[in-house]
Amino acid sequence: MKRLTKSEIIFKILAYILIGLFSIMALYPVVYAFSASISGKIPYEAGKVVLLPKELNFQVYKLIYEDKGFWISYVNSLFYTTYGTAWSMLISITGAYALSKKRLLFRRQLNFFVVFTMWFNAGMVPMYLNYVNMGVANKWGIIVAFGVQAYNIILLRNYFEGVPHEIEEAATIDGATEFQMIRSIYIPMSKAAIATVTLFYATSRWNGYFWARMLLTDPMELNMQVYMRILVENYQKMFDDMPIDLPYAADSYIFAILVCSIIPVLIVYPYIQQYFAKGVNLGGVKG
Amino acid sequence: MVKSDPKEQNKLIYYGKIILKDWQLYVLVIPMIIWYILWIYKPMAGLLIAFKNYKPNLGILGSDFIGFTNFKFLMTGPYAQQFWQAFRNTFLISLYGLIFGFPVPIILALLFSEITHNFYRRVMQTFAFLPHFLSEVTITGLVLTLLYKGEVTTGVIAHFLTSIGLVPEGTSIIQTAEYFRPLYIITGIWKESGYNSIVYFAAIMGISPVLYEALKVDGGNKFQEIRYVTFPGMAPTLVIMIILRIGRMLSVGYERIILLYNANTYKTGDVLSSFVYRIGLENGNQAIGGAADMFNAIIGFTLVVGANYISRQISETSLW
Repeated sequence: MKRLTKSEIIFKILAYILIGLFSIMALYPVVYAFSASISGKIPYEAGKVVLLPKELNFQVYKLIYEDKGFWISYVNSLFYTTYGTAWSMLISITGAYALSKKRLLFRRQLNFFVVFTMWFNAGMVPMYLNYVNMGVANKWGIIVAFGVQAYNIILLRNYFEGVPHEIEEAATIDGATEFQMIRSIYIPMSKAAIATVTLFYATSRWNGYFWARMLLTDPMELNMQVYMRILVENYQKMFDDMPIDLPYAADSYIFAILVCSIIPVLIVYPYIQQYFAKGVNLGGVKG
Repeated sequence: MVKSDPKEQNKLIYYGKIILKDWQLYVLVIPMIIWYILWIYKPMAGLLIAFKNYKPNLGILGSDFIGFTNFKFLMTGPYAQQFWQAFRNTFLISLYGLIFGFPVPIILALLFSEITHNFYRRVMQTFAFLPHFLSEVTITGLVLTLLYKGEVTTGVIAHFLTSIGLVPEGTSIIQTAEYFRPLYIITGIWKESGYNSIVYFAAIMGISPVLYEALKVDGGNKFQEIRYVTFPGMAPTLVIMIILRIGRMLSVGYERIILLYNANTYKTGDVLSSFVYRIGLENGNQAIGGAADMFNAIIGFTLVVGANYISRQISETSLW
């Protein structure tokens, strides 16, 4: 055990306390939302719910459970996330693999072609007109026209570059095609990177709101985020217009919806935790 | 017919042979190229709309070319007041975000690196990173409800802020322009700084312990350690992060802005991208919105290139 100086000890104690405080603050709104969603109307409106729930009341969850629109949007979000992520990964892995090969012609130019998009983008109006023009202002647009990110391609490329040459040479002599090479060497050897990028794509798909709101006009195609936002908006309007007498606090309903959107994230969170801490250190962003 | 000189032709044949021999590799790169052209580069060409008298039935290419009229209209026409206001807000919000938001993850990383109790650190990191993975709709939904000020209910945080005297009695935080920028920036700090600390944490962990030992032998205290070892050690990371940040200055997270603001807070909260959204997409003035988009994109790009150039001059760290 190395000896600590006085200033080091003070700093350490301070670190433990401050980090504890920050983390509690980070978590508080989530915990509060859950407590408020299952609290009774009277204690909630009297401002008595501060951390733990008072007068348990699960009625709002029953309401959400019976809400068809909610389940449709939930299933839609799952669908978009699954297929969208698969699509993003397909393009990113094949592209990153090719970019990782020194023998690729115009490799520098192609790298620039990808990295440039991190610094310059067309903006909302031309993007929107392009989606409309290409006929993808619908769920297909959400799946196909989104979610390839330069950052992730570079991350994968850097990782692929680190796969030892000898293995590849051996496989080439054995007559492996490029596709076999990716499948049986590169993917198994870069599991951490692949998992990280998959999780990045999946969370950004699951959380995506703006373009979903712009492109998904059919109520049967709405995703979870858009549906949730519409509820929040309507709730505020309704509540401003006429405070009707409900058996539960109107806020509880909103909090319950928010909690439902957090649950899937909490379920995959331990897996994300495991991988992303390694992942984000994999590649710098250097082109 | 363009006559190509024989040298050029030889080069083409040479490339053709390489590609044919290695065709699988080139097949693999094609989907990515097509994807980028269709969904990213084609809209860039669509920025031409900024110079056109856009008529939806004629399309962008078919509409009449009118030079800089749209830009003139944007900067001096009926939207001018809103446009310059949005421009100013964009700059101020990014600047305040940089001043108040940028140091927080660095401080967090420093503190995290002090925590030698692995279990405690892991648990705290798990808590601190969580908000990053929640969607903007969830985050803003929480913020709007926690700060809600109504006849019957008051959000718990609104209540708290009023009771400690930070916000005057009877004021709704989300409806008052003065509170928008702090609200936006604090929400950002809450959501992202835990997660953003990872990259600095990694940089600190990468510093050789020998350096700390050496300073200690020379009798240095903790603050000297941070000043002379930790900061120089994480300098390259810091520089890269600052360039990235400056490059994104004008693309303030518009999703969060659009979700948080309302007619009462446009004055302080409307930024260029939310302005484009309102004017260009909601109100259907596509060409004017396109001009604002172009303006935004060019300034953003200049900022990245500029920041990168300066950093290369002074610290030899650069993005490309």
